[in-house]
Amino acid sequence: MAFLEIDGVQKRFALTTAVEDFRLDVERGEFVSFLGPSGCGKTTTLRMIAGFESPTAGRIRIDGVDVTHRAPNRRNVGMVFQSYALFPNMTVADNVGFGLRVARRPAREIRQRVEEMLALIKLPDLGSRYPYQLSGGQQQRVALARALAIRPQVLLLDEPLSALDAKIRVSLRTEIRGIQRELGITTIYVTHDQEEALSMSDRIVVMSQGRIEQIGTPFEIYNFPRTAFVASFVGTLNILSGRVEDPARGAILVDGQPILAAAGLEGARAGEARLIALRPESVTLDGATADGQNRLAGTVEDVHFLGSVVRIRIRFREHAVWLDTFNNPRLAPPARGEPVTVCFAREAVLVLESPPGG
Amino acid sequence: MSPATRVEARPLPAALPAPAPLSWAWVGVVPFFVFALMFLIVPTSFLAVGSFQDPEGRFTLRNLADLFTPSILSSYAISLKVSAASAIGGAVLGFLLAWAAILGGLPRAIRPALLTFSGVASNFAGVPLAFAFLATLGRTGLVTALLVNVFGVNIYRAGFNLLSFWGLALTYMYFQIPLMVLIMAPALDGLRREWREAAANLGASAWEYWRRVALPILWPTLLGTSLLLFANAFGAVATAYALTGSSLNIVTILLYAQIRGDVLHNQNLGYALALGMIVITGLSNAAYIWLRGRSERWLR
Amino acid sequence: MRRASLRAWLVLLLGALYFVVPLVGTFEFSLRYRRGVYSFEAYRIVLADPRFQATFGYSTALALATIVVGVVLVVPTAYWIQLRLPRLRPVVEFITLLPLVIPAIVLVFGYLRIYNSSSWLPLTASEATTDLLLMFSYVALSLPYMYRAVDTGLRAIDVRTLTEAAQSLGAGWRTILLRVIFPGVRVAVLSGAFLTFAIVIGEFTMASLLDRPAFGPYLQLIGANRAYEPAALAVIAFAVTWACMAVIQLMARRAPGQVAGGR
Repeated sequence: MAFLEIDGVQKRFALTTAVEDFRLDVERGEFVSFLGPSGCGKTTTLRMIAGFESPTAGRIRIDGVDVTHRAPNRRNVGMVFQSYALFPNMTVADNVGFGLRVARRPAREIRQRVEEMLALIKLPDLGSRYPYQLSGGQQQRVALARALAIRPQVLLLDEPLSALDAKIRVSLRTEIRGIQRELGITTIYVTHDQEEALSMSDRIVVMSQGRIEQIGTPFEIYNFPRTAFVASFVGTLNILSGRVEDPARGAILVDGQPILAAAGLEGARAGEARLIALRPESVTLDGATADGQNRLAGTVEDVHFLGSVVRIRIRFREHAVWLDTFNNPRLAPPARGEPVTVCFAREAVLVLESPPGG
Repeated sequence: MSPATRVEARPLPAALPAPAPLSWAWVGVVPFFVFALMFLIVPTSFLAVGSFQDPEGRFTLRNLADLFTPSILSSYAISLKVSAASAIGGAVLGFLLAWAAILGGLPRAIRPALLTFSGVASNFAGVPLAFAFLATLGRTGLVTALLVNVFGVNIYRAGFNLLSFWGLALTYMYFQIPLMVLIMAPALDGLRREWREAAANLGASAWEYWRRVALPILWPTLLGTSLLLFANAFGAVATAYALTGSSLNIVTILLYAQIRGDVLHNQNLGYALALGMIVITGLSNAAYIWLRGRSERWLR
Repeated sequence: MRRASLRAWLVLLLGALYFVVPLVGTFEFSLRYRRGVYSFEAYRIVLADPRFQATFGYSTALALATIVVGVVLVVPTAYWIQLRLPRLRPVVEFITLLPLVIPAIVLVFGYLRIYNSSSWLPLTASEATTDLLLMFSYVALSLPYMYRAVDTGLRAIDVRTLTEAAQSLGAGWRTILLRVIFPGVRVAVLSGAFLTFAIVIGEFTMASLLDRPAFGPYLQLIGANRAYEPAALAVIAFAVTWACMAVIQLMARRAPGQVAGGR
């Protein structure tokens, strides 16, 4: 039995269904992200776990206890909000100790716990400051401390970093993951930023329009996306349309040039249209080639020197493809207009569902 | 930049104002300041200074001392009591009404309707308001008659009288409550939903949320607005004049009589009376502004 | 809190009762002129009364004058403060707060002592000059509302950019004020104007102490002597106030590019 079980949860409003048939089992101490665009239902699901929304169907169990319809103040889950939600009339210390004061813990215990929490978020001297005196990053750390102070069974974070600048986001997410590992607390993290989800999570739940698209580790989600949505939402992707030539061999024509896919064309019929996807890092320029690779001939359209990575855009007859290659001081990037051949393995070809209209 | 690369600029058009501070702007605001001096600052200062003078113009504290005679003191006392009663009543009921419309989960349309009505009702004061209450709760008023005919209850025989301290306080609340609603509504809006949710998430019940989070955040506004209501009632005269006439001797009625006919037989004492009023309303308003500043600082 | 709580409905009900019943009561009372039957007789008497027409007309005229003077005083001032003299803003805001702090009765007391027949500016010497004094008193009373309305309206239309644009096109100050600024704050000014109108129409204290034939003192006089006509007058007064507020709301909704300031 998993620690957190979300079993067939559905949330229906008068005109729309926000979440449909959500099933997930989370192990104790696991860090799971809900990833998806706005409106996909990830925040609604989180709020149902917290108790701010009531599911119209399904059950939620924490450590075996059914909490589906329990009031939010009796669930012992800790929530960190996007807007920090620190109580403006209380100092940092009072904010962090709030949950313990409500539970009527003795003053000494509260003081100790607050100190502990402030040390955990590395802000031990800010106890007597007010929220309006803190920066955004500091406020969010205090919010985290406040949620953790009550020793919750599950930690819920609702896009906690989206209101902060890029630099702070990166450092804070490392810190959050570090604290989570240290405490071993089961965590659900909602975000629309795939870099965050990929770098922090044990597993990711990709959602779209109220439904789960795929559940898997970051490695699985990125390298083996199961649907076109997941493939295009996570990481950059080159999408090309082709026409199936020989499904048995895995042959497909792209821009009149034949390529072979290692898998994914079973069940297709010759002449059918299919979308294939290629990750930029799986495409190389002809110079570093091996046998058995696919080849496509085209011209260099654009070159972006990004420092450690060089991103090149190659144009074929109807498509263009982005290609990422590591910077090599001994090999200058190609010039614009130069004819080149790109190579990629048969296994790198991701066949997606057929486009609408066949 | 070498002289050779300097670009010849055309002279600026004359319409642009001179950058010197002594520009049109100062001329433009002179009428306003003249008006303020003539019709706000000077008259008030005149009264304030006059209250420290005797009829011959010499400096004296006698007038202030004379304010402490029993009749004038009792006049201030009644004013303070009526103002406090209508302010507290207005604050509590206004707060509850604002809460009901904004956070009580009522249909959405109630809120704008309440705010519009409050906008109107807060201006419906003075003589017509007195008439309205006379027509409703006077001896032959609608509600009085209804209570007698339907419930057999005669409030006048039970001791109620509209033309009294409580009647006036009740009447004042008709514009005090709307004023409270108008000021509390934005303040209640400022209570972010996340605070409620965060408090619940940390184990607080609705009551604990209000006790530990919402009311502490709101108390400067609550107290400050109550003081504003207090000052508002203290300076009102028309409603009282039309309702209780000179039977209820509040300070404004006394001052009215003094202006009309020097009932105190001492002009400078009249000035002192006015000064006392200004001090009380001034302090209340200052406290209101200070409290408002405090809560704004938290909520930045 | 999405579910409507019983408490909220109860509060709303009691509030509605407290506010609606006096209005209903007044209206009912005003219909009782003819014994035994409801009629609008009281209204007919009131509206036909030449004193009603005279005082209402007087107050209306005075209100209009107050509005004009108020606008001429406030709009340029608010404009210059926002554009050029931001450091004077606290001073000006303090001044606009004074009429709210100093009771009207104290103000008119001061006027009577300073501007009476034996002073350097004998504004109470004749009827016409007393009218002028009363008008200035009303400008003072409506100053906070007018200023706040215009200030909010100016802030919403980004005065600085508009002025610079007009200047770069060659406009002088008078043109800018008349053609760019005034039209831009039209709705705010109108809302301030209607508020002023509502204040002036019902005002009693200053008019009565300056002994002018305004609507307020007339109301009080009728109330002292008659039984049913005061109720009719109260209904009329409330209707006028309501109409003013309704117009303000309507304007605020119909002109989204402007901001109706005030409350």
